[in-house]
Amino acid sequence: MSVNLTLLIVMGLLYACGIYLILERSLTRVLLGLMLLANATNLLILSTGGYAGLAPLFNKSTDPRDYNDPLPQALILTSIVISFAVTAFMLGIIYRTWALARQDDIQDDAEDRRVAKTPSFDAEDDSVVPEETSEFPDTAVTEAAKEGGPE
Amino acid sequence: MNIASLAPLAVVLPILGAALTFALNRNPLAQRVVSIGMLSLTLLLECLLLASVWTTGTASVTLGGWQPPWGVVMVVDQFSSFMLVVSSVISLAVLIYATGQGMADGDREAPVSIFHPTYLILVAGVSNAFLTGDLFNLYVGFEILLTASYVLMTLGGTGPRIRAGVTYVVVSVVSSVLFLIAIAMIYGATGTITMADLAIKLAELDPGTRNLLHVMLLVAFGIKAAVFPLSFWLPDSYPTAPAPVTAVFAGLLTKVGVYAMVRTETLLFPGDTLNTPLMVVALLTMLVGILGAIAQSDIKRLLSFTLVSHIGYMVFGLAMSSIAGLAAAVFYVAHHITVQTSLFLVTGLIERRGGSSSMDRLGGLAKLSPLLALLFFIPAMNLAGIPPFSGFLGKLGLMQAGIALGTPLAITLVVGGVVTSLLTLLAVARVWNRAFWRKPEDAEYPDPVLKDTAGVGLLPRTMVGPTAALVVFGVALTVFAGPLFQLAGNSAEQMLDRTAYIRSVLGEHAPIPGIAAPHGDTPAGSPAGGASPGTPASAQGGGK
Repeated sequence: MSVNLTLLIVMGLLYACGIYLILERSLTRVLLGLMLLANATNLLILSTGGYAGLAPLFNKSTDPRDYNDPLPQALILTSIVISFAVTAFMLGIIYRTWALARQDDIQDDAEDRRVAKTPSFDAEDDSVVPEETSEFPDTAVTEAAKEGGPE
Repeated sequence: MNIASLAPLAVVLPILGAALTFALNRNPLAQRVVSIGMLSLTLLLECLLLASVWTTGTASVTLGGWQPPWGVVMVVDQFSSFMLVVSSVISLAVLIYATGQGMADGDREAPVSIFHPTYLILVAGVSNAFLTGDLFNLYVGFEILLTASYVLMTLGGTGPRIRAGVTYVVVSVVSSVLFLIAIAMIYGATGTITMADLAIKLAELDPGTRNLLHVMLLVAFGIKAAVFPLSFWLPDSYPTAPAPVTAVFAGLLTKVGVYAMVRTETLLFPGDTLNTPLMVVALLTMLVGILGAIAQSDIKRLLSFTLVSHIGYMVFGLAMSSIAGLAAAVFYVAHHITVQTSLFLVTGLIERRGGSSSMDRLGGLAKLSPLLALLFFIPAMNLAGIPPFSGFLGKLGLMQAGIALGTPLAITLVVGGVVTSLLTLLAVARVWNRAFWRKPEDAEYPDPVLKDTAGVGLLPRTMVGPTAALVVFGVALTVFAGPLFQLAGNSAEQMLDRTAYIRSVLGEHAPIPGIAAPHGDTPAGSPAGGASPGTPASAQGGGK
């Protein structure tokens, strides 16, 4: 099976640019990166079909080996349709992000940041509970907790 | 006519339902009737499929008149039909719950006109992924369910959901591109994408090429299944979606990834080439996931982390590639789908009753709503693996298989599994203590709803009903653990044997050259081969 060198080089370039772009924080660039990746993959599928040949329309007088492999092309058509739908959806999301936050960047998860900042000290579990000395245990503990446990 | 030839209807019926509900988008009542009706019909069909496969064995359906190595086939074997039934039970319960929520809320949260068609398409995608016997069709199934899930994830378009949706969409698209690259390479190397045909032809490839293809597929599926180094996206994106959507995602989407991993490991690349890395990854998934869960204060986020953590158990069972290990993994998948979904549904109820899903704002729910406390307690203990629940039986099966295998790594994993189970107990016990057990005034920032009980109505029955039904279904998995373990054992045996699968697609006289090699090295890799058939029986004894 011979391969088309130009196709391979173009494919490599598309992958390189696509990966570079999806590492960006700007959503529009991420979208462009995803589109490049999808197209590079389409070229990869195309190149698995082997050499260029005749269109696979059956004719008794043609040698079967002259035909092109039709299956990769069918796969590419499907994958183009899918990436088209995903691109449209991503554009919708990006527009929505812009409408909500006037920003094109991926935003941090606020809850995640909050959990990451939580100290390992947990007032409920870790605060020092004084020994029971008083006759009225309930009041003693709550007072100690007020003093000992930082907010 | 053989009932198995109706298998494509499991995909067609939900899509038909989606089209109908989309046409009926001005009539919410008709939409609800159609979507619930369609899903019930699908569930019925899938039960019949399971019964037919149980009696007559693996069957395949050729689509579009193209013969198997060229056309798309659907294969119904015990594993796929079992997964279909479990997934449909879950999706039907969640659909009724979501409908109840929609009726109670006046559809502010989830606009029905979009929700019902999208949900049905999600179900169709899941069914397609379970049924297909063609690698590219599996990709299409994944894309159907993912595209539907993008819409469900960002339903309503609020700020946090859009933020979470972006991460989710980008990660999913990257994993799909990886999968597609793997398909292209596999086609380039073998000239076929029918899985049964691949099972024969991949065995003839050079080992280096084979390993490359194997790893690429596992990475692509690992992202979808949220296996540890590739699991970062899940706890970030799941918790913000509406409760029923998170529930169905947690139950089904990651398990479709696990299902694809099982097929890769058993059908396409049998043998134990990657078992060691898979075991290491399984251990890390369990431990890192559960440590993440302990740090959380939001119940939904906590459950998302336990979801990641427990994927590790399934990967562990898969990585043992013995009948006992695989059977336990199959049982564990069914158990985990049910339990995780019911916990997320209960969290939705907690949010309604207590006004929040953050443990800092909750307290005293056990007194406010004893039924809710019961509905949380049972699946929570089930998740942690407290006897006699199905979580315990699944873990027991895995431990037995691990000890039977006897390698140091397998023993480490058994220990890791026990530690994870205990830490899960700690995590859910924290939820119990803080949200249910303590007094409302002990909460850090008590939600006003907790004290002012007069203004809050009862939980809608249409939401409590499906949740309770799922909890009962989870308990039923315990009660019927014997037959279920037998089913799981049979499907594991079939998957490792591969003959039935390949012959049902390629005809009775299909050559099975690949069989000789993997059979040669599986018993060599696992001395458990002889002892393993005994394990399902003994676990069955534990179920009684």
